[in-house]
Amino acid sequence: MAVTAAGAQKTAETVEAVFRIESARIIAGVTRVVRDVGIAEEIAQDALVAALEQWPESGVPDRPGAWLMATAKHRAIDLVRRRETYARKLAEVGRTLEDAPPPEEPAGPDDIDDDLLRLIFTACHPVLSTDARIALTLRLLGGLTTEEIARAFLAAEPTVAQRIVRAKRGLARAGVAFEVPYGADRAERLGSVLEVIYLVFNEGYAATAGDDLVRPALCEDALRLARVLQGLMPAEPEVHGLAALLEFQASRIPARTGPGGEPVLLADQNRSRWNGLLMRRGVEALHRAGGGPYGPYTLQAAIAACHARAGRYEDTDWATIAALYAQLARLTPSPVVELNRAVALSMAEGPSAGLALVDALRDEPALKDYHLLPSVRGDLLARLGRHEEACDEFERAAGMTRNARERELLLDRADRARAGRP
Amino acid sequence: MPRFLSMVRIDENEMAGAEFPDEFNDRMGKLLEEITKAGVMLDTAGLMPTSQATRVTWSGGKVSYTDGPFTETKEVVGGYAMMQCKDMAEAVEWARRFVEVHPAEWSVTCEVREIQAG
Repeated sequence: MAVTAAGAQKTAETVEAVFRIESARIIAGVTRVVRDVGIAEEIAQDALVAALEQWPESGVPDRPGAWLMATAKHRAIDLVRRRETYARKLAEVGRTLEDAPPPEEPAGPDDIDDDLLRLIFTACHPVLSTDARIALTLRLLGGLTTEEIARAFLAAEPTVAQRIVRAKRGLARAGVAFEVPYGADRAERLGSVLEVIYLVFNEGYAATAGDDLVRPALCEDALRLARVLQGLMPAEPEVHGLAALLEFQASRIPARTGPGGEPVLLADQNRSRWNGLLMRRGVEALHRAGGGPYGPYTLQAAIAACHARAGRYEDTDWATIAALYAQLARLTPSPVVELNRAVALSMAEGPSAGLALVDALRDEPALKDYHLLPSVRGDLLARLGRHEEACDEFERAAGMTRNARERELLLDRADRARAGRP
Repeated sequence: MPRFLSMVRIDENEMAGAEFPDEFNDRMGKLLEEITKAGVMLDTAGLMPTSQATRVTWSGGKVSYTDGPFTETKEVVGGYAMMQCKDMAEAVEWARRFVEVHPAEWSVTCEVREIQAG
């Protein structure tokens, strides 16, 4: 039967879609056999190429994911056998090679989930730098191409490619076991996984550089990872807490930028543009995080829920938010948390209460380059009618931010403060 | 990552006396779990039959109401799934897996539509 060009195009699209859906699971399943994520990824790519060659002729198989997995596993087992043969040959001449694991039987659905979880913990392993963890996680689990990752992080593609190669080598060199940690280090290792997802989301949510305030695609990739993790670790409260936090944050994305791409502050956002479905999902995930004691992500989700519950900015329950920030400050003390607590306190009890806290942070070395410190201080001073000082602070903040959109907003606030307007 | 609404169209007359085999429910349950675990499914539900439905129509400046069942159309929306996918091809692939778990003698159509951003 002749294959039409349109049919071939459709098949290629199907192959790619199937591969995107399955690739993380295939890489995870193959890693269990070959014990090396770099090799596993290459084998997964080989299976994709085989599908692109064969399916346009033979048609898409009934269970395309299973076909890809079987093809990849088959190649993996071949590779392991070749290694074993090689090891035997070496042994004959009196050398040894590391033990290769025996080839395994095809996995059931639970095994696949388990492999996926192992892959997540491996990609987010603390032996890797944060940048390497992020790149590897997006590549292996998010299914992003190196080019997409580079674009998302405004980095050069060769830099990111290099980072991923080094990360894979680093894992192999450190002899990182392909496993889900169940010991004393489990909490810390899970923390590392959650942090990677959180950082990816944040880079999309508050772009640290460049012209766009928000890069929603990156937020969505992180959100998908958080949702996947919820399915894999339903008994971990903080996993649901992180998912809840990201659902709430993502629900506000449509309202955070104005028609010209300029940032819109929480107080000025049109709340009817907050996405109701995502807010409901946030509420549901927060509920699944259980009754406490809350971990840091769940606490932040609870704060986000307070904002979501307020139909108007004036209705915000700032006292509860300030109390939640106080809990967060006890759990994970940091100047940034303290700054947020100051904002909440200034709303609950008045600008002077907030200013006392902010002034205590002025010499904090960690906030030396943090534009939100002068920005918040400027806001509090303006509310106290100290316009001159407010103007100085806004200008200082404008000089510190790397985001062009944010700079415009801060300079505008400086102008308004100079004119003695709110 | 765009969102897609998959409207599941079924023939109500065909479904009226249809048996739901046990293994169909199992297969469907497993698939829905898989789509959720993939981080793709945002929301999904089946709808009550059109015999319990009402249409509210605005035409010629007047409101009129029509109670179901709506027998004039062969296929009616019997359920929906809202998914977040990288592209239409991925959404269509999930829809393909969804229709495939149904018994061979049923006819089921998923109309996959991208949801406007914003």
